[in-house]
Amino acid sequence: MVLVVLDHDGSKLRKASLEALTRARQLAEALGEKVAGVLLAEGPAPVEEARGYVEVLYVAELGPYTAEKWAAALLEAAKGGAKAIVAPSSRQSRTYLGRVAYALKAGLLEDTLESAAEGGMVHATRYAYLNRVTQRQRAPLPVVLTVKANTTPLAEPLGTQGEVVPLAVPPVPTVEILERVQEERKGVSLAEANVVVTGGRGMGSPEAFKGVEELAALLGGAVGATRAVVDAGWRPYAEQVGQTGKTVQPSLYIALGVSGAVQHLAGMNKSKFIVAVNKDPEAPIFKHADYGIVGDVHQVLPALIQAVKRLKD
Amino acid sequence: MKFVAVIRQVPDGESRLKVQGGRVDLSGATLILDQMDEYAVEEALRLKEKHGGEAVVVGFGPERTEEAIRTALAMGMDRGVHVVYEGYADPVTAAEALAPVLREEAPSLILTGGQQADWDSQALGGALAEALGVPVVAWTTVLELEGATAKAKHDLDEGAEWVRVPLPAVFTTQQGLNEPRYPTLPGIMKAKKKEIKKVAFAGNPRVEILEEGIQEKARLGKVLDGKDPVQAAEELVRLLHEEAKVI
Repeated sequence: MVLVVLDHDGSKLRKASLEALTRARQLAEALGEKVAGVLLAEGPAPVEEARGYVEVLYVAELGPYTAEKWAAALLEAAKGGAKAIVAPSSRQSRTYLGRVAYALKAGLLEDTLESAAEGGMVHATRYAYLNRVTQRQRAPLPVVLTVKANTTPLAEPLGTQGEVVPLAVPPVPTVEILERVQEERKGVSLAEANVVVTGGRGMGSPEAFKGVEELAALLGGAVGATRAVVDAGWRPYAEQVGQTGKTVQPSLYIALGVSGAVQHLAGMNKSKFIVAVNKDPEAPIFKHADYGIVGDVHQVLPALIQAVKRLKD
Repeated sequence: MKFVAVIRQVPDGESRLKVQGGRVDLSGATLILDQMDEYAVEEALRLKEKHGGEAVVVGFGPERTEEAIRTALAMGMDRGVHVVYEGYADPVTAAEALAPVLREEAPSLILTGGQQADWDSQALGGALAEALGVPVVAWTTVLELEGATAKAKHDLDEGAEWVRVPLPAVFTTQQGLNEPRYPTLPGIMKAKKKEIKKVAFAGNPRVEILEEGIQEKARLGKVLDGKDPVQAAEELVRLLHEEAKVI
C-alpha cells in the first residue's frame, strides 16, 4: 500500500494534493501496490471529491491541527503495512512526518522534485544548501516522502468512487490550542502562485505596497516581502520569502527594491524567470535576474502597471 | 530547570560551495553555528536567565562541530555535549543519535532550528519529539514558561496560533523569536574552560546521498536602463510577453 495525504481547505482538495497523488501512483505502480488516500480534517472535508481519486480513502476528523494528532492518524492508517507515505510538502507536513518517519523507522525524503522506485529503493531529487545544490538521494522501503509544490503533473480522477474507511485514532498527548491567528489573505496563496511580486526595503514605506498589490493582482499573482520589510512591520510575516520565510518557485518572480541577500535568494532562486527593479546597478539581485531595470522603483512600478494594463487590453 | 539547545555546524550561506566527485566539498567554506539553531541557543539562555537552572548545548556532527559548540558556550551556555558523527544523517538517524543523550539530560525544554542550512531538512524537531514521546511546537516565535507548561506562539502554513504545551516538549525556532547575542571576549575565554562531553554514534543513515551538484540556473541578465521609466517598463513587459512568455 502507498498512502497519500490529501491536503484540502475544508471544501476542496489543494492542487498540491493532486501532485502528491501523481507521485503516489507512480511509486505504487513501480512497487505493485495500491494507493490509499488519507483525508485528515479539522471539521468538514471534501470526502466526495477525494474518493474519486483513490480506491480506498481513510478519513479522520481530528479537530484543529496538531503534529501529534496528524502523526497518530497517519500511523493508524499505515498499520496495514504502508510501503510509502506521500504528502504535499509544507511546514506542517515536514513536522508531523518527522514524527511518523521516526515511529516507522522510515527514510524521510523531504521536499522532493522527482521520485522513482527501483529495486526496493526509492530514489528522489531535492534541493539542499539553501536551495543552491541539487541532491540525489535514495532510501530503502518504507519511505516517507514529501512533494515540493509545482513539480509534478496533477492527477486525474479514477472515474470510480473509492471506499471510505473512517479511521479510529487513539487520543494522544498534544498541545492545547488557545487561539488561532488567521492570516489575512488576498488572492492566490504565495506557495502555489505562478507569479510572485515581492517588495523590499527599497519600496520605502508600507504605503508603497499598494502598487505591489496592484501589479500582483493584474498578473494573477501573490505579494511577497523580504525579511527587512517584515521586520519593519510593513507587511505580515506570512508574505515573507526567504530562508526564514516561504520558499517559492513561480514562473515569474518580480523583485522590486530588493537587494538580493543570500537569505532571500534561498527562498526564490529556483523561480523560472526572475525580474529585478532596483536603483542600485550593483545590487546582487541583478546577478540572479533574467530581466532587470536599473531605476527608481517609484517611477518604474506605476509604468509597469500601465504597461501590463495596455498588454491586457 | 534545564534547557537544551540542539545545534549543528553548517556552511555560511554567503560562502562559495564547490562540488568534488559528485559531493559538496566544504573544505574551503566558512562554517558557522546554524543561524536557525542560534535562535535556539539564545532562547535557552534567556529562559535560564529568567527562570534559573542550566542551559546545555548538544551538538551533532563531525569533529569540527566542536567549534559551533564553543560558539554557543561563548554566548553563555553552561556546558556542551557533542554527539560525534561523520557524514550525512537523515533526521530519523540524527534523532536516534541524539535521543539517548536527551533522555539522560532530561531537560524541560529542547530547542532546535526550524530548518537546517545544509541539508534543508525541517524534520529534526518532529523526529526528536517522537523519539522522546513528547509534543513538538514548530516554528516558534514567542515562548513563555508557566510552571509545568509553556505558552507559545508559532507559525502554521497559513496563519499562526497560540498553544499551551505540557513540558517537556520540543520547540523549533526561527527568526522573530529573539535576537541572538554575540559571543563576548570574556565569554570566549570562559568557553575554553567549559566542559564538552564527547559521545560516539555509529548508526547507519536510512537515507543515502548519491550525488550532489551545483546547478545554478544560468540567468539571462538583460538589464535595462530605467532613466525613461515608461519606455523601460514597456520594453520589460514586451520581453516578458514575447520572449519569456510568462505574461
